[in-house]
Amino acid sequence: MREPVYIGGPAARGPDLEELLQLVARGDQNAFGTLYDAVSGPVLGLTRSLLRDPAQAEEVTQEVLVEVWRSAARFDPGRGSAMAWIMTVAHRRAVDRVRSAQAASDREERAALLSRTPAFDEVTEQVEARLEREQVRRCMRTLTELQRQSVTLAYYRGRSYREVAELLSLPLGTVKTRLRDGLIRLRDCLGVGA
Amino acid sequence: MTRADLHTLTGAYAVHALSGRELGEFERHLAVCDACRQEVRELRETAARLAVASSLAPPPTMKDDVLRRIATVRQEPPRLAARETRESHAGPRRRTGRRAVNVALAACVAAAAVCGGAAVWQYRQASDARDTARRSEQRAARAEELTQVLAAPDAHSRSGRMTGGSTGTVVVSRGLDKAVFLASGLPEPPAGRIYQLWFSDGGTMRPAGLLDSSGRSTAAVMSGAVGKASAMGVTVEPAGGSRAPTGDPLVLLAFPSA
Repeated sequence: MREPVYIGGPAARGPDLEELLQLVARGDQNAFGTLYDAVSGPVLGLTRSLLRDPAQAEEVTQEVLVEVWRSAARFDPGRGSAMAWIMTVAHRRAVDRVRSAQAASDREERAALLSRTPAFDEVTEQVEARLEREQVRRCMRTLTELQRQSVTLAYYRGRSYREVAELLSLPLGTVKTRLRDGLIRLRDCLGVGA
Repeated sequence: MTRADLHTLTGAYAVHALSGRELGEFERHLAVCDACRQEVRELRETAARLAVASSLAPPPTMKDDVLRRIATVRQEPPRLAARETRESHAGPRRRTGRRAVNVALAACVAAAAVCGGAAVWQYRQASDARDTARRSEQRAARAEELTQVLAAPDAHSRSGRMTGGSTGTVVVSRGLDKAVFLASGLPEPPAGRIYQLWFSDGGTMRPAGLLDSSGRSTAAVMSGAVGKASAMGVTVEPAGGSRAPTGDPLVLLAFPSA
C-alpha cells in the first residue's frame, strides 16, 4: 500500500482563504469565524516569535485579526494569497511593537535570539501547520549559516537589516544579499509560486 | 544607491527590515520596477509559509473575544480600499499613518519640556496615534483636524494614568483653540455606555464629545473650542452622552499653561 506523499504546496489546505476574505470584506461574520480558525494559529505563532511575551503576542494577534476584518476590502487576490496578505499585516504590526519596545541593543542578546528557534518546539494540532513546519525546517537546513541567521533575525525576531548586520558583525551589503538569497532559496525550496 | 543595490533590498523590504530613508527610496524604486514588485510578492508568500510553520494554538477564549470586537468595528468601504490598493499593494501601507507619527513626534519635540525623558513612552503613544489615525482614514476631515492639532507649533501635551490602568494624553494647541485626546489601552465601555470627554472651565464641566473606543487606542479631536478651559476629563456615560457628568472622571488632565 502506498503512503500519501505531499510534495510541496498546500497539501492540507482547508477552506479557500481568498474567497473567505472577500466574503469578510462584505461584512460576513460567519466567514470571518472560519477565516479565524485558519489564520489565528499562524498569526499567534508569528507574533509570539517576534514579541516573545505571551500576553503581548495575544494582544497583537487580536489587533491583527480585528484589522483584517476592518480592512479586508483592501485585499486584492490578483496580488498574492490571502495568507501572505494577513501575515504581512501581522508581521508589520508585531515589528512595530518590537521596535518601539526595543532599546538600542545588545550584542549579547544575539546568542539568545538565535538559540531559540522560532516556536518550532511548541505544539499545534493543525495538520497543515505540522506539515509546513517539517518542510520549512528541511528548507532552512539548505541555507548557509549566515543566510539562516539573517532570515531568522529579520523575520522571526523583527530586527532591521542594520541591526542584523550589527548583531552578526557583518557589512550591511553582506546582510542585504544574505537575507535576499536566503529568502529566495526558501522560496525555491518551498515551491512558492506567485 | 544604484539600481542594482536597490534591487537587492527586496528581501529586507519583504520582511519589514528597512526603515527611514532607505524605505522611502526603495518604495519609490518599487513603483517603477515590475521585477522588484514580483520578487517582493514571492518573498512575502515565502515569509507567510514561515509564519504558518510557527503556528501556535490560540487560547480557546480568544475567538469569542475577537468576534465580539469585530461586531463593533466598522469596515472600510470597498471603494476606498480599491484606491489604496492601487496606490501600492506591496508595501506602501498607510501613508497617512506615517505622517501622523511624524507630526506626533514633531509635536512631542515641540513640547520637549513636557515630554521630558518619556521618549519611549511617547514613541509608543505616537505609534498608537498612528494606528488610530489609520483607522480614521475614511473620516479624512477629522483626521486632518487631528493632525493639525498634533502638529501645531504650540502643541503641548499632558498625560496621566486613568482609572483601570490605561493611559490618557491630551494635546492642546492654544493657537488653534483645539485639543486632542488620546488613550491607549482603554477597555471597551460596558454595554450601553460610552466614554465622554469634557472641558473643565474652572471646575464646570462642558461636554466635548463622545469617544469612539473601538480598538485598543483612540484619538479624538475634542468638540468645541478650548476657550478658557483649564483641564479636561473623561467619564463613562449612558450611550448618547450626558449634559453633565454623572460619574467620577477616569482621569482629569490639567492643561499646560499657555
